[in-house]
Amino acid sequence: MQIIVSFICGLMMSVGLIISGMVNPQKVLAFLDVTGQFDPTLAFVMAGALAVAMIGFKWAASLPKPCLCAAFDSPSKTSIDTWLVTGAAIFGIGWGLVGFCPAPVIVALGLGVGKAGVFIAAMLAGMYTAQCLILLKKV
Amino acid sequence: MNVSYWQGLLGGILIGLAAVMLYWLNGRIMGVSGIMSRLLQKPSMDSWWRLSFIIGLVLGGILYPWPVTVELKASYVLVIAAGFLVGLGTVLGNGCTSGHGICGIARFSKRSMVATAIFMGTGIITVLLKRMWGL
Repeated sequence: MQIIVSFICGLMMSVGLIISGMVNPQKVLAFLDVTGQFDPTLAFVMAGALAVAMIGFKWAASLPKPCLCAAFDSPSKTSIDTWLVTGAAIFGIGWGLVGFCPAPVIVALGLGVGKAGVFIAAMLAGMYTAQCLILLKKV
Repeated sequence: MNVSYWQGLLGGILIGLAAVMLYWLNGRIMGVSGIMSRLLQKPSMDSWWRLSFIIGLVLGGILYPWPVTVELKASYVLVIAAGFLVGLGTVLGNGCTSGHGICGIARFSKRSMVATAIFMGTGIITVLLKRMWGL
């Protein structure tokens, strides 16, 4: 059942990203282009998503547990460390270079965009590298 | 108001609903970079829901019946560099636009607010520098 739920959530997010225009890297870049041809659409996407999510998460906080499993699995870290700051900065650079972030690029692959596949392959390589780096630091 | 703003709002609401549904039913945060990167680790019971989420994302693109605009001018070199940086950064920083930008901020997580401000900031600077250098 949980697997079906997450499939449906993936599908919903996919359609949301398509309708909102966020699968189009040019539209994302236009949002980041504040001194050029600025397109605020991404702010509307964030506003819509945050409005729903804020109410939904607040409501979830009053529940003893999720409907289909034993406990909520939410991040427990609260400190702002170097990893967070460095990682977010690096991610932003990659995002600004092409206009893709992890979810839209996966949807774009489904839409048949060949370069999305290349991006995902490189992204997986980057993820693997980061996992190795984190392991190295921990030892 | 421009049509694309309404579409943005509607799409955003759908994304928000997906995030709430995944948390309310499965107790999971809808962070796509985390879902993706954990699939690279040793397979576990959790691999199944992660995989089916990703399949849902891809299938949405395959099955969407209307024309969709995707403008991607970047060269292969740029696409590879950007992909690598996005992968590296999201794992080191523990999240991307969905996990930090939507779920994290909606949970009022200070880490996510800081991360979102930083990646938006470096994204804006990158676009600016790219135009200045004619990339």
